[in-house]
Amino acid sequence: MGDLHVMRDDLRPPNPPPTRHLISIGDLAREDVERLLATARTFERSLDREMKKLPTLRGRLVINVFYESSTRTSSSFELAAKRLSADTMSIKASGSAVDKGESLKDTAITLGAYDPDVIVLRHPQIGAPQLVARVTEARIINAGDGKHQHPTQALLDLYTIQEQFGRIEGLHVAIVGDVLHSRVARSNIQALILLGARVTLVGPPSLLPRGIEEMGCESTTDIDVIGSADVVYVLRMQKERMLEGANYVPSLREYTARWGVTPERLRPGQKVMHPGPMNRGVEIDPLVADAADALIATQVRAGLVVRMAVLYDLLTTGPKPVEAEVPMGVA
Amino acid sequence: MLFTKSAPKENLIVRGARVLDPVEGVDAQVDVRIDDGVIAELGSNLPQNSHKVIEGSGLVLAPAFVDPHVHLRTPGREDEETIGTGTQAAAAGGYCAILAMPNTEPVVDSAAVLGALVDQAQKEAQVQVGFLAAISKGQEGSELTEMGELADEGAVGFTDDGRPVVATSLMWRALQYASITDRPIAVHCEDPTLSRGGHMREGVVSAELGIGGWPSIAESVMVERDLALALYESRTLHLMHLSAQASVEALRRAHADGVRATAEVTPHHLVLTDEAVRTLDPNVKMNPPLGAEDDRKALVEALRDGTIACVATDHAPHSREEKEVPFEEAPFGVTGLETAFAALHTHLVDPGLLPLETLLERMSTGPARAYGLERPRIAVGAPANLVLLDPNASWQVTEKGFRSRSANSWLLGKTLKGRVRLTVATGRVVYES
Repeated sequence: MGDLHVMRDDLRPPNPPPTRHLISIGDLAREDVERLLATARTFERSLDREMKKLPTLRGRLVINVFYESSTRTSSSFELAAKRLSADTMSIKASGSAVDKGESLKDTAITLGAYDPDVIVLRHPQIGAPQLVARVTEARIINAGDGKHQHPTQALLDLYTIQEQFGRIEGLHVAIVGDVLHSRVARSNIQALILLGARVTLVGPPSLLPRGIEEMGCESTTDIDVIGSADVVYVLRMQKERMLEGANYVPSLREYTARWGVTPERLRPGQKVMHPGPMNRGVEIDPLVADAADALIATQVRAGLVVRMAVLYDLLTTGPKPVEAEVPMGVA
Repeated sequence: MLFTKSAPKENLIVRGARVLDPVEGVDAQVDVRIDDGVIAELGSNLPQNSHKVIEGSGLVLAPAFVDPHVHLRTPGREDEETIGTGTQAAAAGGYCAILAMPNTEPVVDSAAVLGALVDQAQKEAQVQVGFLAAISKGQEGSELTEMGELADEGAVGFTDDGRPVVATSLMWRALQYASITDRPIAVHCEDPTLSRGGHMREGVVSAELGIGGWPSIAESVMVERDLALALYESRTLHLMHLSAQASVEALRRAHADGVRATAEVTPHHLVLTDEAVRTLDPNVKMNPPLGAEDDRKALVEALRDGTIACVATDHAPHSREEKEVPFEEAPFGVTGLETAFAALHTHLVDPGLLPLETLLERMSTGPARAYGLERPRIAVGAPANLVLLDPNASWQVTEKGFRSRSANSWLLGKTLKGRVRLTVATGRVVYES
């Protein structure tokens, strides 16, 4: 049937420039991911210095547009841009023209008039980043589109695992919980498999989407399998995305009893991750969340350097080592 | 039951075309003479007299098409389509008759609303239009409409299309009561408790994209239910826009049990699968959603073997701003009148998956019979309802080329092979390219 990608004739620029975006992990090859992780490591070293600001993106404009609430993603993108000396603006849907009924297209065209280099977008719907990409010249970073993708979360998770284990290839990662509503799960499945990990999904049958195994992972309803994993990745129960009366699980109490990640279900020393925000006592036992083997705070720190790496990578011309580009003597 | 504006009939000769009416058993290179809008003679070297001559060599002359499923958006959304523009689009697609759905604003659920549409059609319809009326008042699924009066006013059938008939008891009563008319009940089969929150077919692609899934069983369990009711009441039933293999299999079993049910399928369900949703183009969002490859193959086979006897476009115009939004926010529906023949010729006939004769029959005789309408045919004495087709013409689908007021086509930018050159509807040339 050929290429079915259809674009309105009048929205198509005559000679579309090869703008790079980060919308899905599927946009990346393994070497792209490895380059981004290496760049993040370089930035992590730069943050050990007393003067943490790098002049790399001086004069560049990064606009954060968040149509959904966020603490860690929005703050880490903003700080990442500032650490690289870019100008930043943050726009939230509430309190903006979105409240007055402005469409995403018109909001994007308005922001595009400021010639931003990057637009970081979080939106409750899949396809929103592509729509913004069509009507602006900016590079788009998807900071979460509905239940579809959250690629920088997956990259920071890979970075965290890589730093912890020294490798990703061959590790076994169990992703536990509400896969159906989780963009984090979808990005992580793709990213982990791209780098050679084995992925097992664990959860109630109604929250494991039919056909998800085609992405290259396994799935089971048996929580006991998490005991054999190298990393247990706990997903948040996304009550806000669940349809009322859909009966995905009879109750949170039963969910916790069956699929809660508790100390009893883990081996000593087993690493636990969670993208946050956590529902303590629902999908994760507080003892697990606060244990030394939890990498949750490490993930947040990784978020900063990984997002610096993504901004840097999109705004330089492409695959080349970062060392040559980051001036070490900073005024 | 069909309405069009009155206009002078024409005198025409179509010369040298391959005349193909599979139901009449006609397949010959002959001239066709039309006197005052009626087919008068088939033969060679017919005298020209004062007739307008249309050169048809290399082309196929066939009975014009009948579309059993069109949304004309009138009354209420005339910014998206009117009876005038919708019937111009139909003419450009080779149709001589179309049936309009009643899910308008207001709903066609009373003789007054229907009467106003009939008046309007008699003023501006380029091709014949039949109107279906609602099964339930306001399509709210609780009270039956006054089917007797609506039939007298000209309703061609009854449907709550756009919505399913949720209550089994209402569907049962509708089948019983509609027997006082000779008009069919047509059903949009969807269990809304299963499809709720769904924007595409549940499956591998929805799992990967994280888009809410509309499972195929949402359709097939309702197909099974309605066929069981039709069997129990010994009533005919028309199943609209089937999309799932399980629905086709249920229909085949019901036919074997003697149920007189007809069914339709759309070009998009015959050509595309849920893989197309990976583009996130709102113009591949429709209800029922695009199925898996097994569904598509089953639909093509059912169309070939006659289990499904009708091609329906489910032409559903939407304004540009409604579709220029992220996929899940976009409304369901795509246009289809102007591309149906070309799409199916390109994707089914040209690759040898479906004989041209079968496609012509399913686009004309099948839909006419499902609604008890006189079928377009090429025979002396029949009203001239003809389409002249160029099977070899390649053309590109563009927004500017549409006569429809909307351009939400899944084929924008695509190149198709096979084109309508001329449409004659009730004895009048309504389209020529």
